[in-house]
Amino acid sequence: MDGNLNMIGYGLAAIGPGVGIGLIFAAYISGVARQPEAQSRLQSIAILGFALAEALAIIGIALAFVL
Amino acid sequence: MSGIGSVIIRSEGGEGSGGESFHAPGPADFDLPAIGGGHDTFSMFGQDFVAGVTKPMLQIVLAGVLVFVFFYLASRKRAMVPGKLQFVGEEAYGFARNSLGRDIIGSHDFARFVPYLFTLFFFILLNNLFATIPFIQFPTFSRSGMVYGLALLSWVIYNAVGIRKHGFLGYLKLQCVPSGIGGPMLLLLVPLEFMSNILVRPVTLALRLFCNMFAGHLLLILFALGGEYLIVEMGGAYAPVGVLAWVLFALVAFLEILIQFLQAYVFVLLNAMYIQGALADEH
Repeated sequence: MDGNLNMIGYGLAAIGPGVGIGLIFAAYISGVARQPEAQSRLQSIAILGFALAEALAIIGIALAFVL
Repeated sequence: MSGIGSVIIRSEGGEGSGGESFHAPGPADFDLPAIGGGHDTFSMFGQDFVAGVTKPMLQIVLAGVLVFVFFYLASRKRAMVPGKLQFVGEEAYGFARNSLGRDIIGSHDFARFVPYLFTLFFFILLNNLFATIPFIQFPTFSRSGMVYGLALLSWVIYNAVGIRKHGFLGYLKLQCVPSGIGGPMLLLLVPLEFMSNILVRPVTLALRLFCNMFAGHLLLILFALGGEYLIVEMGGAYAPVGVLAWVLFALVAFLEILIQFLQAYVFVLLNAMYIQGALADEH
């Protein structure tokens, strides 16, 4: 089977952003549960945090193909 | 794991019906040939390019035309009591104006950025949805060059907006010198902030959209081709696994629709946040 060690490395590298995104949405959900009227404000912050944490995984997948 | 192992043994032994080994899809699957088969090459930036028009080029033009035509038709007959088309157009405009423009940039000076944000959102959304629309089924932004153009545009816009408001040095100070920090820490923080706010931003902005579209499409290719290989080439006891792969293909395709919307939203949201950051007064 052909394969590339890069892909295993990428799999390991995706753990960090995975945990990070989980924490962001956990905080978002508990924030909305405590204060439902703040949802619209929290939503854009949560999605921003999600995008920033996801960028790490994204850079990982780009490097997995490039290196 | 043992299943994968036996695939290799079978394909190496060549006792399967086809005997052809499975080629995993990779980045090369995204290099579509030029329409009509262009053979003229030219080199630029140390790379060879084929002179010709490819499918994503047509798609990006088609998306621009479709977005224009839809919103032109929706706003052509403006009535006090909106018709169906006008209602859809107004809802779409209201979404982009309020959640992407006003809530992020602030009610004082969001109005002049609404046309840019609104157009950008629907342009990216349609280009992403091309990955799902039957008979097109190729995300335009899985070609990285398409995204770099958009990221460059957003980089020029937020920097120009900031420089126009604060002046060149004032803008650099706003972006690079964090408030409330003095002394030797600045030596460490100013280069970091410059890197992150001026240099890295357009790169991550482009890579995020490109890699999401690329990875999603690659995953769909893998499920489709892998399932087809298991059913057609392997057959027998492997066929149900191939059917399972196709079921997963359908489920992942629905997940992709969500991601396509979310990435268009995130791209424009970050654009609006960068503009807001460039316009912000010093604290």
